[in-house]
Amino acid sequence: MTASLVVFFALAGLAVIGAVSLILQKHPIHSALSLIVVMVALAGLYLLLGAEFVAAVQIIVYGGAIMVLFVFVIMLLNAGVEEQTSISKLAGPPGLLLVVALAGFVTATIVRTTAGVQGSSQTGAMASTSGISNMLFRDFVYPFELTSFLILVAVMGATVLAQREKP
Amino acid sequence: MSAILSANAELIITIVKIVLLLFIVLTVDAYLTWFERKLVAHIQSRWGPHRVGPHGLLQPLADGLKFLFKEDPTPAGVDKFVYFLAPLLALALALTSIAIIPFGPEPLRLFGREIYLGIAPPDLNIGILALFAITALGVYGVALAGWSSNNKYSLLGGLRSSAQMISYELALTMSVVGVLLMAGSFNLTKIIEAQGRHPEWGFLGWNIWPQILGFLCFFIAAIAETNRAPFDLPEAESELVAGFHTEYASFKFAMFFIAEYTSMTTISCLCSILFFGGWLSPFPASWTWTHYLPSVVLIPFGLWVIWDGIRYETIFGRVILPVVGTAITALGAAFVLYPGVNEFVQGPFWLLSKIFVFLFIYVWMRGTLPRFRYDQLMAFGWKLLLPISIVNVIVTSFVILAKMQWGGK
Repeated sequence: MTASLVVFFALAGLAVIGAVSLILQKHPIHSALSLIVVMVALAGLYLLLGAEFVAAVQIIVYGGAIMVLFVFVIMLLNAGVEEQTSISKLAGPPGLLLVVALAGFVTATIVRTTAGVQGSSQTGAMASTSGISNMLFRDFVYPFELTSFLILVAVMGATVLAQREKP
Repeated sequence: MSAILSANAELIITIVKIVLLLFIVLTVDAYLTWFERKLVAHIQSRWGPHRVGPHGLLQPLADGLKFLFKEDPTPAGVDKFVYFLAPLLALALALTSIAIIPFGPEPLRLFGREIYLGIAPPDLNIGILALFAITALGVYGVALAGWSSNNKYSLLGGLRSSAQMISYELALTMSVVGVLLMAGSFNLTKIIEAQGRHPEWGFLGWNIWPQILGFLCFFIAAIAETNRAPFDLPEAESELVAGFHTEYASFKFAMFFIAEYTSMTTISCLCSILFFGGWLSPFPASWTWTHYLPSVVLIPFGLWVIWDGIRYETIFGRVILPVVGTAITALGAAFVLYPGVNEFVQGPFWLLSKIFVFLFIYVWMRGTLPRFRYDQLMAFGWKLLLPISIVNVIVTSFVILAKMQWGGK
């Protein structure tokens, strides 16, 4: 077992544990913390794949900005421990069915593509910063700008909604 | 035995470097508190600490012991796990960030290996991004401490800090983009090398001149990120007792304290590296006599320490200060006698001098400026710093583009 494989399994295990803990935790802050663990573990996995830029951005954007906002809102609203209800009888069997279907789908995909998977040391064009910027600002410049425009509209909409009514 | 050593040499060297840097950083932090108290005291016409040892030099030691032996009560109703996690998180992240700073250009050649100063490898391509990633996580230490303490003042401090850090992180990141555009790299070593393109220009080649707007935005935003005066609203003692660390006593409080001083040091390193040429000398490369400046500083300082020490009546002053002074003088003399060593210390000497200047400015601002009001803080960050840093990015890009079009490169 090589060192990178050990690191991979450690990070993957951390991500899975964090994801499970995210659902099982009773308190919203603990759930948010678990989600941060998942984000950081994913960033570690990206780093392992040689995608340094994506890893850093993953932590800055998801681990930093977005999760800080989550935690901030939870603290601001002072959300308490979630209320427990007995599990709905209707949700049980279909949920189980969905879980089995999803697991089967994932397994099938993995089994089908194992032959085509390359070694983890390979870094594609997406890995380097210049590769990503070439993609974003040359090949996909119009979709990228349109997305920014969409986000701008969303921000303006949120501002309008949050504004106090004028007297 | 030697086979194991040579097989894992890289690992062993890294571990030794980590231990050494940890020791240095913690010592610097301890004496930074002394420096800050002394300097603020002199700004306010007081003496500051001067009882414990000559010039109060043993005060950090006494404080450290006090932190270790104080009672450490856990308040009722705290969220135990998060309450213990928060100071650990704050300290760990602050210490991690300093591992990315490179401290010198030349590797140390020891045992037939090249050992670079600084823990991260010099070809770390995402240097500055990694630092921002760690800074981005740093807010959790403060926010979670405030939330988990089960205290309204702590909670308010935590909330303020989260809001402040989110707001100023944008300006902090945007203000660096100009420097990155000029260097064409995220790598800290390459950013410094880009500022040394014209060795004859000396300090005129540094990024501070074309990026003066970026520097002002960066430094102000950085002070806000580290929760230091005049942006220390999360711990405003007149309103919030002590803010997010109200309920932390003993060594847990010390961990927050060390984290704060370590981030101050990191930010000072970053300011020097990004805008002030890092380890580059401010003088043109042909002025070789400036290479003796480390000795010119060290020898008189060492002699002064000896002279100052023997005037004391205590054993510490009479014995230890002269010994330290002799060591400093000997170091200065060694630099003159061994030109190879002297060349090697040039880089670290200039970098450390610049870091010291920024630490001084940090403390100076704390002694001078009153605290912001909360609405002023928000308006300043969003309505002034962020637009200015965006304008800086646009202007820099246009200038670079114009140079590429017509500059004949």
